[in-house]
Amino acid sequence: MSFLEMRGVVKRFGSLEVLRGLNLSIEEHDVVCLIGASGCGKSTLLRCINGLEPISGGEIQILGDRVSGAGVDVNRLRRDVGIVFQSFNLFPHMSVLENICLAPRQVLALSKAEAEARAYELLKRVQLEQKAKAYPDQLSGGQQQRVAIARALAMQPMLMLLDEITSALDPELVAEVLDLVRELASEGMTMLLATHEMGFAKEVSSKVCFLYQGVVHEEGTPEQIFSAPKKPRTQAFLKSIIEAGRL
Amino acid sequence: MTDRSARFRAPSIPKSAMPISLAALLVSSLTTLFTWWVIWQLALVLAGVTEEKITNANEKNVYWSEMLPRVAALPIWAWLGLGILVLIPLWLFIPAFKSAKAATRAKGYLQKQDLIAARVATADSSNTAWFSIGYAIFILLGFTGLWFIIAKDVAVGSTFFKLDLMLEKAGLVGQAFLTNVFIFMVAQVFILIWALIVALARMIPGEAGQPIRLLATFYTDAFRGLPSVITIYLIGFGLPLTGIPILGDLSPVWYAIFALTLTYGAYVAEVYRAGIESIHPSQMMAARSLGLNFFQTMRFVIVPQAVRRIIPPLLNDFVGLQKDTALVNVIGTIDAFNQARILASNNFNLSTVTIVAILFVLITIPQARLVDRLLEQDARKTRGAK
Repeated sequence: MSFLEMRGVVKRFGSLEVLRGLNLSIEEHDVVCLIGASGCGKSTLLRCINGLEPISGGEIQILGDRVSGAGVDVNRLRRDVGIVFQSFNLFPHMSVLENICLAPRQVLALSKAEAEARAYELLKRVQLEQKAKAYPDQLSGGQQQRVAIARALAMQPMLMLLDEITSALDPELVAEVLDLVRELASEGMTMLLATHEMGFAKEVSSKVCFLYQGVVHEEGTPEQIFSAPKKPRTQAFLKSIIEAGRL
Repeated sequence: MTDRSARFRAPSIPKSAMPISLAALLVSSLTTLFTWWVIWQLALVLAGVTEEKITNANEKNVYWSEMLPRVAALPIWAWLGLGILVLIPLWLFIPAFKSAKAATRAKGYLQKQDLIAARVATADSSNTAWFSIGYAIFILLGFTGLWFIIAKDVAVGSTFFKLDLMLEKAGLVGQAFLTNVFIFMVAQVFILIWALIVALARMIPGEAGQPIRLLATFYTDAFRGLPSVITIYLIGFGLPLTGIPILGDLSPVWYAIFALTLTYGAYVAEVYRAGIESIHPSQMMAARSLGLNFFQTMRFVIVPQAVRRIIPPLLNDFVGLQKDTALVNVIGTIDAFNQARILASNNFNLSTVTIVAILFVLITIPQARLVDRLLEQDARKTRGAK
């Protein structure tokens, strides 16, 4: 039994079919990178997994439990599946500490002291302890994204979904966020990343999936996908990436 | 050499600011003449000279010999006050002269071919000229108002601003104004809570929420459309007639609070809704993705941000509410306006109503400043560099 299993997942927005019967399975401690052109459905796929977008067909299972469709407690599901967004989406009216403590206190019903202890531990980890009392608008993009990762980790999720988390960052801030993801990977966190950082995908992932026309067009180990892609679409995509100097 | 570099080499010559400076001097002079004439009229009023006496004096050709001693006999405080008034328009000449001097300087620089200095002086000159013209208009309007009040033997003044009557009745009217204050203070608290409930009811998600959404929409449509005076009238007179227990035995003040809460609750619910909808959906998404449910998300993430944004329009509606407390006189509540009207008809003079007008204006000003300060403080807290 796989950790995460997606079978024939379909997602439509009106008449637009974004996911067209997508199959994907992930084992525990896998780091899976989703690559593909803009609009190929990477973000939609991630949002379907934690129920932010209801799927139109197919089924998603986590550890054998169905987590899509009717009758699923999405609030319960989201405790175990953390997501980090491209645009950070920190709560601007709360300090860094309050951002991190909100969900553990309200959803997990931790006491203030417990939540704060957990938050400080995570802040130490993302090297932002001294920013605990700062507000998001006072931080750089890289710092905000690290706080967002800490906020997701505070729920102690089983699976982390990272949705192009470095795309909105200035180039010099990308490294600090990727270092953190690298660390999480080495600790065995199961992760699913949508990314345009091909070099990073090559280095960190245990599996790479190329999405094309709403399905996983080709998947394999990073060496296999980046060095010897089998299908012409994958080859064309990687060729354009190399020509743009991004690999 | 291209045209463009030629243009840089021969910068344009600034147009002389002398005409506008002269205009400023002229406007200042005319303003001075007008204000002094108004001040003279004021002096005559203070000296107790009526229009009739002036006409008589004019007929006998003894205007100045009659009026001057009267004005000269004014007490010292009147002289001091009038003296200060006389100085006000003269102040306009400071920028006007500065402007003329700068314009002359600019001319000198132009002769010396110093274009940059000429430009600076010209800009300086036209700036100060407009400054003096602007304030001349300000002063003109002010003194026109004063003239309007004292004209025709202080006809306007004694109708609206009869000082002795105002001072005598200020206590009574002020006391009645406490009723208005009580009504809007209590109503505001109710409205803040009630409108948030209505706003959330209008936005409740899902199919099951539909009847609640419909109810809330129907309520806002109905009570936003109803004139508040009609709501007050119907509730204030209607509910006691029905004899319904509790609801039927309230005092008029509580009916007024009830009616105003219903009316303004509808307005404020829409303000809340606009504020909530102005928060980017990604905030809702981020909160929900952490496992918070709809109401937790609203309570901790969306509404706190929305409230910060709606404070200015909220104040707008609250000022409207405060003014509408004057409508409660239709159900016989003795509020400030009702009290002032009674006093006005007893004394055949509207000055007591002016007191109410002044009170209403006075209470809104500190509120506006307080809101400005709150917003500024919040902005400094969340955005200021640390």
